[in-house]
Amino acid sequence: MAKKLVNYDSYLRLDKFPLIWCPGCGDGIVLKAILRAVDRMEIDKNDVCMVSGIGCSSRTPGYVDFNTLHTTHGRALAFATGVKMVRPDLHVVLVTGDGDATAIGGNHFIHAARRNIDITVLLYNNWIYGMTGGQASPATPSGDRASTAPFGSIEPNFDIAGLAAAAGASFVARETVAKPASMDKLIEKAMKNKGFSLVELFTPCPTTYGRRNKMANPVDMVEDLKRRSVTVAKAERLGSDLPEDAIVTGVIVEDDTRPEYTDRYAKLIQQLSGAVK
Amino acid sequence: MSFRYEMRLSGEGGQGLVLAGKILAEAAAIYDDRNATQSQSYGPEARGGASKSEVIISDGEIDFPKAENLDLLLALTQEALDKYNSDLKVGGLLLADAENAARIPEGDWRVYKIPFIGTARDKVGRAIVANIVALGVIVKLSGAVSEKAAEEAILARVPRGTEELNMEAYRTGLAIGEEMAG
Amino acid sequence: MSTSTKPKVRVMSGNEACAEGALAAGIRFFGGYPITPSSEIAEVLCYRLPAIGGRFIQMEDEIGAMGSIIGASLAGAKSMTATSGPGFSLKQENIGYACMTEVPCVIVNVMRGGPSTGLPTMAAQGDVMQAKWGTHGDHPIITLTPNSVPETYELTVRAFNLSEKYRVPVILLLDEILGHTEEKFVIPESVEIVDRIKPSDPPETYLPYKHTESGVPPMASFGEGYRYHVTGLAHDETGFPTNNPAEIGKLAERLRRKLDDARDDIVDVQRVECDDAEVLVFAYGCTARSANQAVLEARSRGLKAGLLRPRTMWPFPDREIHALAQQVKQIIVPELADGQIAHEVEWAAKGACPVKGFGRIDGQPIRPVQILELIEEASR
Repeated sequence: MAKKLVNYDSYLRLDKFPLIWCPGCGDGIVLKAILRAVDRMEIDKNDVCMVSGIGCSSRTPGYVDFNTLHTTHGRALAFATGVKMVRPDLHVVLVTGDGDATAIGGNHFIHAARRNIDITVLLYNNWIYGMTGGQASPATPSGDRASTAPFGSIEPNFDIAGLAAAAGASFVARETVAKPASMDKLIEKAMKNKGFSLVELFTPCPTTYGRRNKMANPVDMVEDLKRRSVTVAKAERLGSDLPEDAIVTGVIVEDDTRPEYTDRYAKLIQQLSGAVK
Repeated sequence: MSFRYEMRLSGEGGQGLVLAGKILAEAAAIYDDRNATQSQSYGPEARGGASKSEVIISDGEIDFPKAENLDLLLALTQEALDKYNSDLKVGGLLLADAENAARIPEGDWRVYKIPFIGTARDKVGRAIVANIVALGVIVKLSGAVSEKAAEEAILARVPRGTEELNMEAYRTGLAIGEEMAG
Repeated sequence: MSTSTKPKVRVMSGNEACAEGALAAGIRFFGGYPITPSSEIAEVLCYRLPAIGGRFIQMEDEIGAMGSIIGASLAGAKSMTATSGPGFSLKQENIGYACMTEVPCVIVNVMRGGPSTGLPTMAAQGDVMQAKWGTHGDHPIITLTPNSVPETYELTVRAFNLSEKYRVPVILLLDEILGHTEEKFVIPESVEIVDRIKPSDPPETYLPYKHTESGVPPMASFGEGYRYHVTGLAHDETGFPTNNPAEIGKLAERLRRKLDDARDDIVDVQRVECDDAEVLVFAYGCTARSANQAVLEARSRGLKAGLLRPRTMWPFPDREIHALAQQVKQIIVPELADGQIAHEVEWAAKGACPVKGFGRIDGQPIRPVQILELIEEASR
């Protein structure tokens, strides 16, 4: 089957360009991957609601021609929950960062996953707070430097995908922006999953993370992501030989047996219609 | 001055005093067409320990909804009696449970010691309806709500299937009140 | 069941009346979090909403509850949350978001004693300035203050109507006494309902934050074909962020103007015996009930007392106070707070007469006799 070329411009608010992202940032790579997924799935732009919190990745909604909602720091999932409950027919896609989703928004993150509400979360993990200038996040690897961890972070970092899986998400995957083709597939799968979906996307921040951690060159950072990527299947084969800095990519959870929240609510409405005074 | 009657139903959590308060307020407001307020103590206090419901019935507007000058105090426990008697006015009605609130504090009141809980348990058959026995006594002795209104309010409030039991408790209370009023 | 002769007479609490008012106003989404003394509002609505096709969700925290109602309102549902002191504090950032993005919603705060955990089961009126200035930055706000169960119903409906009419969050301040006291209430047959103005422009020319004459831009819901952007950042008419001082100024000016111009529609006071009053009591909420009783008692003793009671607290009835301040010897301001509203009244009186605050912050209500004594003192 011949591949259809994606007309990115038809999905973008080009008058809002240039993008605020720094040279070498991976956020634009994810942006295009999202647009490709929407295009392949042939979703009407009117039926997409993109919600975000605060941070670099959270500026994505400003550039895309959907219903877009740029909310408060960490709270995007709470706003998205309200949107999805009132309009379960809309595709609610949420873009967020490691700090936004797992520090200030950690509570909403685990509870949205627990409810298995049909929201697709694309979490850009660059191990740092980029927009505010490079402070340590819950994802900053132990020992790495940040503006608020000048001697190297002394905190363990979250396994974000593992957190979502444990909380009840019905689709969980990991990928890096160094593998766009795989990223495309995973984003599409996530959007098709009827339930809470997380794709944790590793993306370079040369400006605030790389500079502080001996990796100021964006190309080197992407190469590094490639080098560290190990598929789920390969990781299983490697077992204890899995390198310590490996990023295990691919589908981690895919479970279509878990009931979805707005579906359950719709059933409740159906069951009660006219029954309660 | 228009008619105003203040009651405090006190005892401990689980004795159904708030329900009795609600029934009295609904009897007055819905079936007797007067004004009424009901307010209860909340929080840890409402779970075990002393608990109360205050009911004000009036022909006029009820502004301040807290009882300050009680016409009637019901006390089903000694703790409640000791804690809540201070606002009972001179000549007010004190209805104290004969077994559980037997030590009557000093005061210029009309005191009735009545075995509410014992009567509910032994005569009606269920201690849990002591609140409705008390309600019958209150209706008879206070005259604050009509007997018919209280009966309708009870039937509208109590769980389905318990109407007979509660009516029996209510009638028992009315009879005790009748006897006390003598 | 036989039909009752008076089917709509009920005895209910302020919290229940608030939930009933919300239902009458057309609520379709409630996002909440359990907190005393407001939880009964959520408990009524979780039962009633699904049966009418509405949605209820108990969120993971107070902040999430506030976020959820904003999202729901943007998706087209009339939305409400209910909380008390600590939860009201937590909601403030997102209340500011609703102000900035002009999203209609209703926030109920059943006030209890504070600060901090304070007095969960006792009444207070200490959140009245927080209702005005709780979120950061300059922003006008509407706050309503009922004083009875029937009025809680009425003003809950009004809160929804004002929020829809002016595209603003509206705060409904109750207190523990109002929330939990049950009283007689005849549920109205029907109420007036206001809905947000929808755009008449096609999507291509729609400006979600248009500087209209009234200051209120028409509002499209998500998924209706108007793909627009909503952000808490300062934005221009298109809804997109801007750093242009002229555009920022226009936005701030319009947000203020749309409520300033509507002041007379929003401000709402009740006057009791004010015409020839020599001593004025200014009180709201549960304290106004004591004040009303005290004023009527004072009148029966021949004292010329009056009560000015704000049913709308913000915008503040400053002109109404100032007019009466010319006429009276003193204004007494009893409140379950330490001078929060007394200061505001003093500012409004502008020196025309002395203002005497009477605050109580020990969890107990102000009794009518306490206000009566102040009236007697001021009348001498």
